[in-house]
Amino acid sequence: MALLELRNVSKIYHLGGEEIRALDDVTLDIEAGEFCSIIGPSGSGKSTLMHILGCLDSPSRGTIKLDGVEIQKASTSQLAQIRNRKIGFVFQFFNLLPKLNVVQNVELPMIYSGVSGRERRERALKALELVELGNRLKNRPSQLSGGQQQRVAIARALVNDPKIIFADEPTGNLDTHTGEIILELFRNLSRQGRTVMLVTHNPEIAAVTPRRIEIRNGKIADKVDARLAGLDRKVAGAGAAAAH
Amino acid sequence: MNLFNTVLIGLKEIWSHKFRSLLTMLGIILGVASLVGMAAIIKGMENGMKEAMVAMGGVDKVLLRVQPVPSWQDHLQDQAPGKTMVDVQALRKSAPLIRLVSPEMGIEDATVSRLGKNFRPEFCSGVWKEVLDMNLHTLAHGRFFNDIDEEEARSVCVIGTGIRDELFGKPEDVGKEIIPIGEQILINGQPFTIIGMFTKYMSEQDAKEAALKAKEGPQKAVAGPKRQKGWGRKGGWAFWSKNNTVYIPLYTAWVKFRAVGDLNGVPDPRLTDINLKVASLDQLEPALQQARNVLMMTHHGIEDFTFQTQENQLESINKQIQNARLSGGIIAAISLLVGGIGIMNIMLASINERIREIGICKAIGATGVDIFIQILVESLVVSMIGALLGVAASYGFVEVLQLLTPSANTPVITPMAMVVGVAFSAAVGVTAGLIPAFKAARLDPIQALRYE
Repeated sequence: MALLELRNVSKIYHLGGEEIRALDDVTLDIEAGEFCSIIGPSGSGKSTLMHILGCLDSPSRGTIKLDGVEIQKASTSQLAQIRNRKIGFVFQFFNLLPKLNVVQNVELPMIYSGVSGRERRERALKALELVELGNRLKNRPSQLSGGQQQRVAIARALVNDPKIIFADEPTGNLDTHTGEIILELFRNLSRQGRTVMLVTHNPEIAAVTPRRIEIRNGKIADKVDARLAGLDRKVAGAGAAAAH
Repeated sequence: MNLFNTVLIGLKEIWSHKFRSLLTMLGIILGVASLVGMAAIIKGMENGMKEAMVAMGGVDKVLLRVQPVPSWQDHLQDQAPGKTMVDVQALRKSAPLIRLVSPEMGIEDATVSRLGKNFRPEFCSGVWKEVLDMNLHTLAHGRFFNDIDEEEARSVCVIGTGIRDELFGKPEDVGKEIIPIGEQILINGQPFTIIGMFTKYMSEQDAKEAALKAKEGPQKAVAGPKRQKGWGRKGGWAFWSKNNTVYIPLYTAWVKFRAVGDLNGVPDPRLTDINLKVASLDQLEPALQQARNVLMMTHHGIEDFTFQTQENQLESINKQIQNARLSGGIIAAISLLVGGIGIMNIMLASINERIREIGICKAIGATGVDIFIQILVESLVVSMIGALLGVAASYGFVEVLQLLTPSANTPVITPMAMVVGVAFSAAVGVTAGLIPAFKAARLDPIQALRYE
């Protein structure tokens, strides 16, 4: 059984009587421990897929199983709890709370899951050690560099020990060098056996992941566009790595 | 998510906008301060009124009043006897529920004089020694009349300090307290010997002020002719009039001022006052009934009298206080409400600013309820801090009010008003937070995250 199972999932928006299929009959499995990227041009439904995978949104049709539990019918507060315990998010714009310091930001998800104060601090410190920020605990996000902020965000995503980590353009707002460091961090997480999903339109990043899922017009493409996937240098074998 | 963390985050939010939060709280601060101040003023009024009532003889005092006979007895009007000693004796013998009967024979247009100084006392009447208990007088110097003074109609009198002040000089002016026991004064031209003097009656506040003045020592002499600054009198009327009292034995009053008769040559046997005190306030109703029965006998069934109890006075005081409380409370409640609207306004602005933050919190697992409680607690924290500051401010406010109000009605801070103020602010805070909290809780995480 896969960690995430999507069966015939569609997401339909109605805009002024017009029906827009952001996702159209998507079927997809993601196994535990996989490191894969979701790629696709803007407006392809990439974000919608990530929102549905990340339990930020519910599909209009189809079924989703996360960790063996069907979640397409969950209420918003049930979804919130699933996000809290099973999913970690890393965003392009870091999305740290500006009024909280580094530790408090990392502790925040545990506050919502009701972890006791002492354990919260312990786990936050451990997560921050992991991203090598154990020395900046009391700093505000605004006092950190972009790379450091993103590392705090990763620590926050990890702290509740989630089943799966989603990163939405995690390097999109960073310079190349810092981006590589962040990417390396994800690769390490993957090596430790965590499931990591990168959403990106950057071919170089997609090239890092063993599996690539390309979305085109709300559907999963049969063949991954080699240029988009950053594979144009080794066109052969692109098919093998593509979406299946 | 536990409450402590919620409050902590709320405090952080408030602290990060100190000035804005302070302005928001100002409404609540002023509301609570005005509520407490209002309650303090009213409490002061109540205290002043009750003090004055006690000075006039306490709650258990009942006045016997003459009234026109009822219409069906109109033809008996000229036979109505009025208040006489017959009534007094009958009440003393036959009305056991009446503890005290004190007759007073007032001397009309009395003038007391000594060495060319004249003064009109507030009360000048012939009394029995029961009057001490009746009007709650305390003798400070000398003695009161005894039975022999009464029997022999001796020309003796007991005065209040006001009379001493007028005829012999105030302690403040002459520098020492004159105790005129044994001195002679004239009452309407007839010589009387002072055998006793009451203490100086004053309200608690005046007593405090006097003590303070005494501590400060002698005042610096003021240039210019001796003068009284300002009209009116300090302290309440009740205390002032009680101090300006001259009492002589009842029989003396009869012999010296009444027995000679009026223009027709017939002495008027009627008393000016018969005051009663009941044995116990619980028995007020039966006691009055008893007194009425006795008086109906002595008045031959002519009902030319009625009773006036301090109960009415107490009732009217309570009613006045209640009205004042109601109107003050409404004004304070409105100002608190305005404060609440201020909070709601700011909370709405604040969640609009924080849509993205709320989106982040939701993305990492905050449920709608978590966000709802967070905003509500924030609003509550603002109002509670405001309420506590308001309570602190009310102390200063009442200090100022104490300078502005008459001394007999000094405002008194009541803990109850503070509790009510804080509780009301809490309610206002929660109510003001409801709509913003609801709005925040309903935000869609995806849209909130995209919000710029």
